[in-house]
Amino acid sequence: MSDYMLLIVSTIFVNNILLMKYLGNCPFLGTSKKLDTALGMAMAVIFVLVLAGAITWITEELLLKTFGLEYLRTMAFILVIATLVQFVEMFLKKNIPALYAGLGIYLPLITTNCAVLGACFINVKEEYSFVQTLISSFGYAAGFGLALILFAGIRERIMLARVPGPLRDTSIGLVTAGMFSLAFFGFKGMA
Amino acid sequence: MAKSLGQEFSKGLWAEVPPYRLVLGLCPTLAMTTGVDNGLGMGLAVTFVLICSNALISLLRKVIPKDVRIACFIIVIATFVIVVELMMQAYAYALFEQMGIFIPLIVVNCILLGRAEAFASKNGVVASCADGLGMGIGFTISLVILAAIREVLGNGTFYKIPVFGPTFEPFGFMVTAPGAFVCLGLMLCIMNLLGKK
Repeated sequence: MSDYMLLIVSTIFVNNILLMKYLGNCPFLGTSKKLDTALGMAMAVIFVLVLAGAITWITEELLLKTFGLEYLRTMAFILVIATLVQFVEMFLKKNIPALYAGLGIYLPLITTNCAVLGACFINVKEEYSFVQTLISSFGYAAGFGLALILFAGIRERIMLARVPGPLRDTSIGLVTAGMFSLAFFGFKGMA
Repeated sequence: MAKSLGQEFSKGLWAEVPPYRLVLGLCPTLAMTTGVDNGLGMGLAVTFVLICSNALISLLRKVIPKDVRIACFIIVIATFVIVVELMMQAYAYALFEQMGIFIPLIVVNCILLGRAEAFASKNGVVASCADGLGMGIGFTISLVILAAIREVLGNGTFYKIPVFGPTFEPFGFMVTAPGAFVCLGLMLCIMNLLGKK
């Protein structure tokens, strides 16, 4: 049990997927201008990443390993994730319209979110068991969400500040992300 | 065709250079610039995939049905990424180990899908190749510049060769994750200063 707790802490804080592993930066900068878009994106990522983690684990173990096709992993994973996202979108639209209204526009964006694919690759590389895969996927996604939401809060404040012309928008966003990443760097001591 | 081949090629080098002007493909830009060697490796890998996928997508542009084009583009891109992955594993194993999961992640690099959708699916083969080559070289140069700044300041070396002599105290912040963000942010600021889009 304590192993699992450690895995959660390490994936959320110590190895934060955004700030320490540099994955998923495009949606990080793209959807962090407003708090509610950040919240929608964070929820969508948590939802999809856990599902994707599970399904890519199954693909890897049952399909790729059985038939010795590991070299096709890249293509298999991206296809599985793209299909999954499409399927989740249709399922939510039909059965849980309230959730779909909240996550709807963020779902298609997730296919090209490298945090999702990256986390799946990390899970395979670390040779996690099924349960560990679920936990680490959740941890990475929660870390992504946490960083995104906190950062959106800061960015809303920056909008009101007087920033020198050339530094405006993405540029100051990245510098702030740097400071933010410095704060997460402090968690390194916990590992 | 309004633009000449030279223009298709050169727009990737300055006017639309991917990471700084279009702010696309940030993840490899941040992660693969701790040293000039992996910056260059990443840049060349992306250039190769970009040229091949642009050419193939441009050839197939009349065959691919419009509704499923994104899926087709991704499959084409993934094929070439696997080619690069296997080639690097065979001929440049040290670099392959160093770049780790970022090689398969070229698949989700927005530059590739972006060029396929915005350019290759509408233009001829030769123009698409020129576009891919220009964008790829622009991307490579951006990575190498950022990597050079980070490696020289953070390690005191350039392409693993010491530049400052033994008394230099490395500014370790630059090669860590926070340094990457700050450095890229300042780079964007300089690009903004040098000229508007």
